Amino acid sequence: MKVTLIDYGAGNVPSVERALRRLGAQVETTNGAEQIAAARCLVLPGVGHCAALICALDAHALRQPIREAIRRGTPFLGICLGLQALYESSEEAPDLSGLSILPGRVTRLPQNVKLPHMGWNTLTTTRPSRLLASIPADSYFYFAHSFAAPATGQQRAATCSHGREFIAVLEEENLCAVQFHPEKSGSAGVQVLQNFMRAAA
Amino acid sequence: MSLAHRIIPCLDTDGSRVVKGVHFEGLRDAGDPVELAARYNAEGADELVVLDIAAARDNRPTFLETIRRTAEQLAIPLTAGGGIRSLEQARAVVRAGADKITINTAAVQRPELLSELSAEFGAQAVVLAIDAKRDVNHWQVRIRGGREATPLDAAAWARRGVEMGAGEILLTSVDRDGTQSGFDIDLTAAISRAVSVPVIASGGAQVPAHFQEVFTRGCADAALAASIFHDQIQSIRALKEFLRNAGVEVRIPC
Repeated sequence: MKVTLIDYGAGNVPSVERALRRLGAQVETTNGAEQIAAARCLVLPGVGHCAALICALDAHALRQPIREAIRRGTPFLGICLGLQALYESSEEAPDLSGLSILPGRVTRLPQNVKLPHMGWNTLTTTRPSRLLASIPADSYFYFAHSFAAPATGQQRAATCSHGREFIAVLEEENLCAVQFHPEKSGSAGVQVLQNFMRAAA
Repeated sequence: MSLAHRIIPCLDTDGSRVVKGVHFEGLRDAGDPVELAARYNAEGADELVVLDIAAARDNRPTFLETIRRTAEQLAIPLTAGGGIRSLEQARAVVRAGADKITINTAAVQRPELLSELSAEFGAQAVVLAIDAKRDVNHWQVRIRGGREATPLDAAAWARRGVEMGAGEILLTSVDRDGTQSGFDIDLTAAISRAVSVPVIASGGAQVPAHFQEVFTRGCADAALAASIFHDQIQSIRALKEFLRNAGVEVRIPC
């Protein structure tokens, strides 16, 4: 199947691309609005500072095509910053607005724990999840972030906790996103990507 | 459940081959980095570090190719470094497939490099490597592979490095490195208390009890070792099972 990977220059684009190809996907990497509008299936990776992502989306005029693709029902997977960008705003870049597909604000994790939240952590599943199908409940996933979305919202499928609870997996119809890095999370991460591709097919 | 303690094998390379030696000297061949990376990925390593420790840095393209081929084997994070002195060199390493960049001597000489890397890649991708040696009542920072002393105090330098943009500290005890006599627990605990970011302990690991000690008394978030894994003295899975039985949270993949 063909997957369109939104390449705004994020560091993890090559590893996401490699992971999708290993699963047999035909991967198109692009920052072109037309390619995104025409995509069968979209993946927005991201790592680093959220201002870099938002500014790159604006520089390439990708806000509208991404929002419209999600509204039309195009299967979408956001990874790490690609999850955080779905919200209205982020404390990391208070002057910029996010894609505003979901209500709420991304905030910094509490200072009473080591930040970045870096390494392998487990999830608390809050409802049945397509992305987490056939993955053992005690599996670990790789996280690398200091900011996170609220743990609330009807899209919530699983949470994680580091200083506070936050959204780790969100799913609502065609819209999916994960705070961890499935491309770096061993076999459990590979299964998440495979589950996404199966649901999108 | 909470964040697992990470076990990180380290591949010291001369650019293309894994090498090893005591106190950075007397190097000998210890295998192919790509083969070792595949083995550690399968055995349940939580992350991999690949360093270019060659004295002559004229083989940069070779090292980038090593990073590329190593990254191909991995479904876990990859940290790369050794001789990175500029943003441009760091970009090449990231483009080759590294998730994080580690810098050491260059950061001591020009701390602003930490800020430049952090602005470009995010703090989570910037690992400040500190080689520390005990000096009466504190630990002194050493550079150039541990050979050259600096006036810096390791704890103060770690704090400064985090302020400048480092998202993680890779802390090597020069006294313990290569000795297999255990991690420097006091050093690790002191640095871990000094900073708000994760600390990777390195230098001196041999038996599973050394890891248990550095995770509990040493307050380390991760522990790094090389030869005990390369020589198959210690399997990663058996190490993690020991730690889990000792009450230390670790990830044991199925």
